[in-house]
Amino acid sequence: MKKLITAVIWMFCGGFIFAQESHDTKKDTTKLDEITLVGRRKLSNYRQEKTLSSIDDYLEKSNKITMIKRGNYAWEPAMNNMNSERLNVTIDGMQIFGACTDKMDPITSYVDVSNLQKVSIGSGQSGSENGHTIGGGIDLQLPNSKFQGSGLKTSVDLGYETNGNYRTGGLDLEYSGAIFYLNADGIYRKSDNYDAGNNEEVLYSQFQKYNISLQSGYKLNEHHTLEAAVIYDKATDVGYPALTMDVSLAEALITSVTHKYENDSTFIQSLESKLYYNTITHVMDDSKRPDVPIRMDMPGWSDTYGFYSKASMQVSKHALEVNLNGFYNRSWAEMTMYPNDLNQSAMFMYTWPDIRTLYSGIYAKDTYAINDHTSLSAALRVGFHQNEIAKETGLESLQIFYPEIGALKNRALSSFTTNYLYKKEHYDVSFGAGYGERAPSVSEGYGFFLFNSFDNYDYIGNPTLNNEKSIEANFKANYHENNFHIGLETSYFYIMDYIIGNIDESLSAMTIGADGVRVYDALSNAKIFNVYLNSSYKLSNSFSVNGTVGYNYGSGSNGENLPLIKPFSYLAEVNYSIPKFNAALQLEGNGNQTRYSSYYGEDETPSYATLNLNLGNEFNLKTNKVVLKYGIENILDTNYSTYADWNNIPRQGRNFYINMSYVIY
Amino acid sequence: MKLKYIIPILFITLFTVSCSSDDDNSDTIINEVENLKKIQELTNATHSVELFNTSGKFETGYNAITIRIKDNATNNYVENASISWMPVMQMSTMKHSSPKSDITKSLGQKTLYEGFIVYQMANLDGSGWSLKVDYTIDAINYSVHSDITVMQSEYQNVTSFMGADDKRYIIAMIEPRSPKIAINKLKLGLFQMESMMSFPVVADYQITLDPRMPGMGNHSSPNNTDLNYNLAEKMYEGNLSLTMTGYWVLNLKLLNDFDEVLKGENVTEEHPKSSLYLELEF
Repeated sequence: MKKLITAVIWMFCGGFIFAQESHDTKKDTTKLDEITLVGRRKLSNYRQEKTLSSIDDYLEKSNKITMIKRGNYAWEPAMNNMNSERLNVTIDGMQIFGACTDKMDPITSYVDVSNLQKVSIGSGQSGSENGHTIGGGIDLQLPNSKFQGSGLKTSVDLGYETNGNYRTGGLDLEYSGAIFYLNADGIYRKSDNYDAGNNEEVLYSQFQKYNISLQSGYKLNEHHTLEAAVIYDKATDVGYPALTMDVSLAEALITSVTHKYENDSTFIQSLESKLYYNTITHVMDDSKRPDVPIRMDMPGWSDTYGFYSKASMQVSKHALEVNLNGFYNRSWAEMTMYPNDLNQSAMFMYTWPDIRTLYSGIYAKDTYAINDHTSLSAALRVGFHQNEIAKETGLESLQIFYPEIGALKNRALSSFTTNYLYKKEHYDVSFGAGYGERAPSVSEGYGFFLFNSFDNYDYIGNPTLNNEKSIEANFKANYHENNFHIGLETSYFYIMDYIIGNIDESLSAMTIGADGVRVYDALSNAKIFNVYLNSSYKLSNSFSVNGTVGYNYGSGSNGENLPLIKPFSYLAEVNYSIPKFNAALQLEGNGNQTRYSSYYGEDETPSYATLNLNLGNEFNLKTNKVVLKYGIENILDTNYSTYADWNNIPRQGRNFYINMSYVIY
Repeated sequence: MKLKYIIPILFITLFTVSCSSDDDNSDTIINEVENLKKIQELTNATHSVELFNTSGKFETGYNAITIRIKDNATNNYVENASISWMPVMQMSTMKHSSPKSDITKSLGQKTLYEGFIVYQMANLDGSGWSLKVDYTIDAINYSVHSDITVMQSEYQNVTSFMGADDKRYIIAMIEPRSPKIAINKLKLGLFQMESMMSFPVVADYQITLDPRMPGMGNHSSPNNTDLNYNLAEKMYEGNLSLTMTGYWVLNLKLLNDFDEVLKGENVTEEHPKSSLYLELEF
C-alpha cells in the first residue's frame, strides 16, 4: 500500500515515470488488451471463426465490444456501453470520420479483414493514444512491414452462407523481398435479404461491397523505411431495415505515406511518421422504399487530412512513448426533400453545415518496471480542438437556435491515465484510474434536424456544449491454477456533462411522424459500470471449456436509465482442437433487459439464447495449404433481437456457412 | 525561376492599370440606376417619367419603386421635382386605388425619387391598373397618366380582408426580399381601406406569427417573434426563422390595440392554416 501511495505521489510530481507492462497478447475473445485479428493472414490460427468474417463479426466476438445493428451491414461498435461519439476509432492511427449524419457508416465499415493485421482495443483512457475518448479506443491496424524475402504468395478465399445467399470472394497477392514488398488484395461481398428465425425475411437487409487495398514498402537502408498504403472501399445498395432510408453509395478512399526509423542503439529506438488523407462520400436515399411520407436525399461528405509522429524510447526501466498528431476534418451533409405536391419546390437544408475540425495534440506514455512483478504506467494526452462553421448559411441556420454563437469554437482537451500491475505466478491484479475529456461530435455540436429513428425524435446540435469529462476506475484480477483459469474485470465511469438529447417541447419536429425535437444537452452526470467474470478449464490437451458472464449498468443524473446498456449476458463454449482440426459449440445469450430506457426510446428486449457450431480443417495439397471453416450459426433457428438491435429488427436465423482459403506459396 | 515572381507582378500591374483607367473615364451623364431595371416609361409632351425596380416589372404585393424624370428637350434628369402618384384599378363596376407611400428624394442620389405601391390584386393578363403621376418642377405642375401592367405574384405576399371590427385591411410583406435559412427580419405593412382611394397605415396593432411548412408535416420553426409597429419605418417588424428552403406559410393573427383578434386563428392539428396568412418560397 505504501508503495502504491509513493508511486502515485511520484507520478503526480514527476511527470512520466513508468513501468514495463508485459503484454501477453492472448488470442482470446475474452481478453481485451489487444485482439489479434484472425484474418486471412493468420490462417493457421485455431480460432473458431470464419476466415472471411467481416470486421463487424470479428469485433462482436470481443467481450467489451457490442455492435449496434441497423441492418446486416455497417454495424456500429460500442465499448463499455458507449458508442461512436465516445470512442476513438482509427485506422492505423489515422483519424477518419463517417459521413453519415445517422451513423450508418461507422468507420469500421470502410475497411475489411483483408486490409488489417490486428485490432488494438484500449478500454477507457487507455485507448487515448490516437485521440481523446471517454469509452475507449479502437485502432484497426494495417499489417507491419514485410521484408521477409519470402517471395510471392497468393491466396484465394471463397465463402458462402445459406442465409441471405451471402457470397464472398477474395484474392490476396503478396510479394515480399528483402528491400521491397507489395501487397494487393481485393474482397467482394454480396448478400440478399437475410431471414430471421422461422424463415421471416427481413426486407431491405441486402448489401454489396467491395474493397481493394494496395500496400507497399521500400527499405531505404538498415534504419529507414518508406511505406505507402491505399484502401478503396465501395458499398452500394445497402439496406437498413431498421431505418427509413437506405444507402445507395458509401465510398471511402484512405491513403497514407509512412516513414519508419528503427535503431536499437540510439536514444530514440523507433520513430514512425505518417501523412494521410481520406475522403468519404455517403449517399442516403429512399428510392427503393415504396411507401414514404416524403422522398428525400441525404448525401454527406467527410474529408480528413492528418499526420502523426510517434517515437518510442527505452531508458533503463522506463519505456517511453510519445505521439504527436493532428488532423483537419471537413464534414458536410445536406438534405433535400421532395414534397408530394409537385407544385412546391424541393426543400433543402444543411444537416452538417460544413463543419471544420482542427485538432493537434501530444500523447506521452511511460511504463516503469518497479521490480520483476510490479509495474506502473501513466499516460497523458493534451490537445487543442477547434470547430469552425465554414458556411455562412450554416452559421445563420444554427443561429436560429443559438443567436449568440460565432463561427469558431476552441477547446482544450486533456486525458490522463495510470495503471498499476502486480503479477505473480498464479495470479495478477491491476488497478487503473483515469480522467478524460472529449469535444462534442459534429452531430452533437452542429447537427441540424437529424432524425433519430430509435427514439423517433429530431435532434438539434448544440455548439455551446461543454466538454464531456469522465473519471474512471478499473480493476482486473486473474487467477490460474493448473488447467483452471478465472478472471474478473470491472470498470466504472463517472461522466460529467454527459451529452445526450433533451426534449424541447417548444420546438416543432421537422420529420413527418416524429414525436418532437431533442436538443443536445448535458446531464450533470452519468454513471456506467460493467463487470465481467470469465473462466476456462482445460479438460485435456484437446478439450477445453470456457464461459463468461457480464453485467452492465448505466444511469443518468435525471434518474433515467441510459440507452443501449447491455443487459446480463453470458457465453459458454466447448472447444475441441487437435492439429489440423478444431470444433467449438457455443451458447450465447442475454438476460431480460429490465433496466431499459423508455425515456430514450427503448423498450424491454426479452432474453434470448442462441447455439452455434463452428468447425475448422486445415490440410496441405503438395506445398499449398487449404483451410476450411464451416459451421452452423443459430442452430435452433431462434427468432430474436438483442438490446443493440435498432428498432428491434430480428437477427439472422439459422445459417450454414463455409469459408475456404487456398494459399499458394 | 524568376517567372514565378514576375507573373504576379505583371498581373497586379495590369489590374491596377485597368482599374485606374475606368476611373478616368467616368461618365459625365449621371447614371444612378445601374442595378435597377426599367419597368415602364410614362411620357407626356415635356417629360418622360421612368419607373424602376429590381425585377423590372410590377407584381402584386409590395413594390419598391424608383422614379426618374427626364426632360425630353434637354435629355437631362430633373433633380428638383416634387412628385405624387395615384394607382387605380378599374374594375367592371367600380374602381379603387391601393396602399402607397409618399414619394421622396432617394438618399444620396441626385436624379432619383422613391416610394412604394402595394398592389393588392391583379387580373390574370396584368391589365386593369393605371398610374397617374403628378409632379411639380420650378412651380409648374405637370401630370402624366398611363396604363400599367401588374402581374399576379406566384405566392400570396399580400392579402386583403375584413376584420372583426368590420373594417377592411391589407397586409403586405415588405421584407425579406430574399429569404435565407436563418432568422430573417420580417417586415409587414398594415393598411386600412378607409375608402376606395385612401389606404392609410395602421399604427400600434400587433401581428402574431407562426410559420409552417405544409409540405413537411406542417412543422414550425423556433425563435420567431410577433410583429410590433415600428414608428420610424411605419411598418411592423418581427423575426422569422426559416430552417430550410422550400414553401412556407406564414400564419398570422391581427390584434388591435385592445388585444382583440381582428383576423386569424391559431394553427392546430385540426386547423392547419390561419385564415390570415402570407406565403413565401425560396
